[in-house]
Amino acid sequence: MERPLTRNIHPDRPALNLKEYEMTGGYTALRKVCSGMTPAALQKLVQDSNLKGRGGAGFNTGIKWSLIPMGEEAASPKYLICNADEMEPGTFKDRLLLEGNPHQLIEGMILAAYAIQANISYVFLRWAYHKAADLIRKSIQEAYDAGYLGKDILGSGFHLDMHLHTGVGRYMCGEETALLNALEGKRATPRAKPPFPQISGLFGKPTIVNNVETLCCVPHIVNNGIEWFKGLSYSEDGGTKLYGVSGKVKRPGVWELPMGVTMRELIEEHAGGMKDGVELKGVLPGGASTDFLTTQHLDIKMDYKSVAAAGSRLGTGTMIVMDSGTCPVGFVHNLQHFFAQESCGWCTPCREGLPWVEKLLLSLEKGEGKKEDIELLDMHTQLLGPGSTFCALAPGAMEPLQSALKYFRDDFEKHIEHKKCPYD
Amino acid sequence: MLSVTEKQAIDHEIALVPYKKASVIEALKIVQQHRGWISDESVEEIAAYLEISPAEVDSVATFYNLIFRKPVGRHVILLCDSISCYVMGYPRLHKLLEDKLHIRMGGTTADNRFTLLPNVCLGCCDHAPALMIDKDLYRDVEPALLDDILKKYE
Repeated sequence: MERPLTRNIHPDRPALNLKEYEMTGGYTALRKVCSGMTPAALQKLVQDSNLKGRGGAGFNTGIKWSLIPMGEEAASPKYLICNADEMEPGTFKDRLLLEGNPHQLIEGMILAAYAIQANISYVFLRWAYHKAADLIRKSIQEAYDAGYLGKDILGSGFHLDMHLHTGVGRYMCGEETALLNALEGKRATPRAKPPFPQISGLFGKPTIVNNVETLCCVPHIVNNGIEWFKGLSYSEDGGTKLYGVSGKVKRPGVWELPMGVTMRELIEEHAGGMKDGVELKGVLPGGASTDFLTTQHLDIKMDYKSVAAAGSRLGTGTMIVMDSGTCPVGFVHNLQHFFAQESCGWCTPCREGLPWVEKLLLSLEKGEGKKEDIELLDMHTQLLGPGSTFCALAPGAMEPLQSALKYFRDDFEKHIEHKKCPYD
Repeated sequence: MLSVTEKQAIDHEIALVPYKKASVIEALKIVQQHRGWISDESVEEIAAYLEISPAEVDSVATFYNLIFRKPVGRHVILLCDSISCYVMGYPRLHKLLEDKLHIRMGGTTADNRFTLLPNVCLGCCDHAPALMIDKDLYRDVEPALLDDILKKYE
């Protein structure tokens, strides 16, 4: 089984420096592109590979790029931004790529920038990844020294500057338009769309924001072609995927596997099954803002379409397992506390609704809940759902809540009947 | 007054962006790095230097949770309270740390040694529960290990 993204990552060894990366075939994709591939051809290649954005939304990367204005009359400078904010609770996949092989990301970014003819690029890195920050800073310098960044890259006439920006907290920064506001030195509140960032992004210029894992796929697609990339996958979405499992399993971790492995294989084989004494009760398949799946879904494929068909989202592909010893009400309360705290306060349903949801769940968990509280929670899943808020934060928050109310409703009711948490 | 070193570092950031005020987050980070936190005076000094109003600087400073608008201790403990850590034992660590340090979440010890703050996911959910002290990440934190960890910070 091929693992292109993580083949050269060994957690017990330091990350590859420039020379070592080159010895594993690094920067050959950039050489290939610089020796005569047009930006349009590169966009088409990535579009046809069916690479979908690994940050959570799952949009075709090549199509996203194709919405950028090209040619002499396009506004300039254009920007390419790597979203390395990784703040979705339960998500720890990009860390592996950032700490394990920073040049792979940098090469992917240069290629993406070439495809859209952007001359300025940023890595927007979350503050907590100190090790990654040091490595990326050093690797960017190495790439400049080797002529992979800066003016006239490999004689192609293309020039690109790259900067590292480290954040100062707030989940909202992961939302692409909020991220742009943060890079402009503003509060990280989302922007109205349209205009989309491709037309008016950072400082009002055409901008593409791509996730770390997405960008890391690009050099491999250029080197090995579309058919190879599609062949890595068990499903119609191209490539491999970094999958993670956390919670009370025997071997929590992150693994690069063919896109579309089953949830059962991930939990039972790779994560070693549940810890002794507990059973699987529910799974958030792709981070805190995805709907619960349960034991009846173990055989679904972990790709965008199959997880959606089961009523959830692949999201970031890093699943959080809820075991039989953990109270679903307490679990969901923890999630809603997070979302209420991280609401940027821009729109009313999110700013006012999420703290209300959090309070209702806390009173239920303490045994002080009333029957109407469950109805109120149901109502909120509608009022804060898609279409009622400015951005996807509150609808995302409602996903685990609505599915918990669906699958674990008796647990909510028991808190009211017994006037205490039955798991205490 | 911003120091010469602070000004130089801020100037470096200003050079990278189309207009001065876009570097306000970087300026806050730089000043906090030198002074430990952002006082009202610091807000005013940054505002004057970037030619914007103090209210504008403060709206940014108070938005981001890792810009400290109150003094913090010599070391800042960030305890992850997100979902994987919650499942794997955060509530117990939370209580233990408050008991050991004799402070509540958000507080600073009387000797100014530690500030204890809640924090969202630190991105190491496969080694939960986790906490960070200054720039050091601690994973798979067993309650029995806490004393040894805290001992490293004076």
